[in-house]
Amino acid sequence: MSTHAETHTHEDDHGHHHKETFVTKYIFSQDHKMIAKQYLITGLIMGIIGILMSLLMRMQIAWPEEPNIIFKALLGKWADGGVMDADIYLALVTIHGTIMVFFVLTAGLSGTFSNLLIPLQIGARDMASGFLNMISFWLFFLSSVLMVCSFFVEAGPAAAGWTIYPPLSALPMAQGGSGAGMTLWLVSMAIFIASSLLGSLNYVVTVINLRTKGMSMTRLPLTIWAFFITAVIGVISFPVLLSAALLLIMDRSFGTSFFLSDIFIQGEVLHYQGGSPVLFEHLFWFLGHPEVYIVLLPALGITSEVIATNARKPIFGYRAMVASIIAIAFLSTIVWGHHMFISGMNPFLGSVFTFTTLLIAIPSAVKAFNYITTLWKGNLQMNPAMLFSIGLVSTFITGGLTGIILGDSALDINVHDTYFVVAHFHLVMGISALYGLFAGVYHWFPKMFGRMLNKNLGYVHFWVTAVCAYGVFFPMHFIGMAGLPRRYYTNSNFPLFDDTQDVQVLITVFALVGGLVQLVFLYNFVHSMFYGKKTEQNPWRSNTLEWTAPIEHMHGNWPGKIPHVHRWAYDYSKPGYDDDFVPQNIPLKQGEEELQH
Amino acid sequence: MTALLTILILLGITIAIWQMVKIFDLTQTNRDASQVANDKDNSINGYLMLGFLGFIYLITIISFALWGDLPLVSNSASEHGPEIDRLMIISMAVIFVVQTITQFLLHYFAYKYKGEKGKKALFYADNDKLEFIWTIIPVIVLAGLIMYGLFTWNDIMIIDEEEDPLVIELYAQQFNWKARYAGQDNVLGEANVRLINLDNANILGLDESDPNAQDDIITTELHLPVGRPILFKMRSQDVLHSAYMPHFRAQMNCVPGMITQFAFTPTITTEDMRLNPEIYDKVSNINKIRNEKSIKLQAKGEEPLDRYEFDYLLLCNKICGKSHYNMQMKIIVETEDNYNDWLKEQRLFKNSLVQN
Repeated sequence: MSTHAETHTHEDDHGHHHKETFVTKYIFSQDHKMIAKQYLITGLIMGIIGILMSLLMRMQIAWPEEPNIIFKALLGKWADGGVMDADIYLALVTIHGTIMVFFVLTAGLSGTFSNLLIPLQIGARDMASGFLNMISFWLFFLSSVLMVCSFFVEAGPAAAGWTIYPPLSALPMAQGGSGAGMTLWLVSMAIFIASSLLGSLNYVVTVINLRTKGMSMTRLPLTIWAFFITAVIGVISFPVLLSAALLLIMDRSFGTSFFLSDIFIQGEVLHYQGGSPVLFEHLFWFLGHPEVYIVLLPALGITSEVIATNARKPIFGYRAMVASIIAIAFLSTIVWGHHMFISGMNPFLGSVFTFTTLLIAIPSAVKAFNYITTLWKGNLQMNPAMLFSIGLVSTFITGGLTGIILGDSALDINVHDTYFVVAHFHLVMGISALYGLFAGVYHWFPKMFGRMLNKNLGYVHFWVTAVCAYGVFFPMHFIGMAGLPRRYYTNSNFPLFDDTQDVQVLITVFALVGGLVQLVFLYNFVHSMFYGKKTEQNPWRSNTLEWTAPIEHMHGNWPGKIPHVHRWAYDYSKPGYDDDFVPQNIPLKQGEEELQH
Repeated sequence: MTALLTILILLGITIAIWQMVKIFDLTQTNRDASQVANDKDNSINGYLMLGFLGFIYLITIISFALWGDLPLVSNSASEHGPEIDRLMIISMAVIFVVQTITQFLLHYFAYKYKGEKGKKALFYADNDKLEFIWTIIPVIVLAGLIMYGLFTWNDIMIIDEEEDPLVIELYAQQFNWKARYAGQDNVLGEANVRLINLDNANILGLDESDPNAQDDIITTELHLPVGRPILFKMRSQDVLHSAYMPHFRAQMNCVPGMITQFAFTPTITTEDMRLNPEIYDKVSNINKIRNEKSIKLQAKGEEPLDRYEFDYLLLCNKICGKSHYNMQMKIIVETEDNYNDWLKEQRLFKNSLVQN
């Protein structure tokens, strides 16, 4: 990223006529657009695996006693006679969580769209370092492979929950999955973190240094603001998880006692002394909570862009939107203790974390209200991306509101680790971020592949998914409030919960339908990639710079000069223009004022 | 073989869906090739948004009607329980109001302002006053909830030693619970897992030379006297567990290497709780469900299920390994007299040791 390279590539395109082979173009590519596609496709494959696991879990919970030939077919020795093994259930819980949070909604979402959009929307030829970017993807790919491989080790994959609290995760004798499976999990995550850090550093540097002329920070589209702040949180918090993982590896393999003390298991006392599992919880959640926003903020950024474009209206309260992203990012690093109210930490800390946690509701509320106001008196173009964005706002509100209960330490006592928590976080970060991912794919598919996705299939995909998402997670709050703990392999040992079983069955039916309808999306994706209708240059009539680049991908993004920017990204339906959009590279007319935003 | 067949069937279903979608796809593409929403799409999806609002309301109403009796917001059996329940109900009410209004606005706007060709949206980018309003309203509401929450939290967590609480240790191990009563002196003897000696049945690792330990009592059932504050000291010998007693609105993790604590006062005996009309109905309903299931089981030649009788329970609520789903202990709340009678029958620690 020398100054020479910058001045060289920034203004003129000297015709990047490198010779490209299949390998440099499709595999070890350093082009951000190709890397984005690699991230997306890897993320989707991991998503299929993750969703499939959740369906297996749901079937087990709904029909625990009955032998199931699907289990037998897919789980092999882990489902002897078609009855799922208790260990593999916990492994599914663990790997489903890990894959969805990190591999799909962090790498698949942020990796795809940060890579695709940061250079294109700020007017840069590529990322600051294409080489690091390539390394970042391949590390991610390697960690994905390792994570999936853990299903093929003798004693099964990691099964201590995605939070891998020691001592359960540290002691192979505590659980089958804490042997080689856990080693693979830790190595995979360490590599994943390295990938994520390389990616995040690249995004931060690119946004700060490579903006085109006129693209001041206050003119950045909200997508870029979201990706930028997300990368900053990632750089701050991921190293802490790395340290936790390394210390855990030390405890597991080298006899240290960072997290372990006074343990008697299987008839013998272990040598560990002086460590504390609570320390691990602190380290884990110092990443774990910001991670929620690493997942969510890019989805909100995408939603901001998609809603403004399709409402043909400026996003309402641009400054407030930026301020709330920054406020959420800041607060996200000081709320981790709300996962630990009843961990045994000092109750006074609980009070502090209740306070900071409930504060985060304020910027979140501002964002929700601003989205709603953006719709008001708009001219709403109901493209599939727009539907997913509206759906996101809906689930973000429904899921976010129950955060008021979970963030309140006094109430958390009784709903902690019940299905209520499962319902809450799946709606507010799982489904919302997934909708963000879908909105992004529907919106930028033309930019990525030069072809359009079929909109009618998009409508079917959205509406069935939307109904199923509520069908799965809304009733789940009620069984959670009944006191039903999560991560139970079966509830049949507790007659107390027999009256929740019909709800479990209903949830599973919704989950199965919701899972199957994703095939419609997959079909649409694969089919349209090759046979979709060819796109126009700017199909959604959008203002941002990526749509000024030619449809055919080229190294350096724009032939000739990079466009200059003269206005913010949200001049939709501006009075004084015939068209209802004014791209950022159109100079202000004489006497036209750029909106004071 | 069945495995192969199942995979083939699943594959078949996938291909069938794929083909159906493809046919759907082919019939659609010719009519409108642009794949950008037109007025008709806007209109249909606008109405669907309105329908979806109805669906959200409907699922809310159905959930409350069918499962509204599931949530633990009444009949708490501890002194602080009603306080948590009240806060829960207030929070739920706030959530309910906000949810109803915001979902209405979101979906109604999506319907009302559905796009039409030639129409132009209002260029409306900012309004400081509005934004101030919807910053300040959440601030006020949340300030109220935070204050209420913190007072409740402090009430529960700050333990008043002067009330002379009964000290009981909850001891967790994969995959069962034990309770240790402090005995006459109400002081638990020193203990550490390093002192566990299975040969002489010192299973909780008590210090055999500690005078305070001699009268401790180890049990596998948790009996509590009604109306007396109880201070639980939690220990775990292997991995993290969580002592969850939902009826008492009580939960605390058990952490190897440290002692955690939680205190509450049980207010209703097991006997009285069984007679509570709501609990009685709940139990009858559960037994109805169990009966139906038993009939099905018997038809298959299997054992029918036992009748369910209400009992307070201690559950493990932190993933702890293979049998996490079945780690429980019965809690019996009884009158002081009954409790004392029961306690007298139990063996003191010093008498429970096996002499070699």
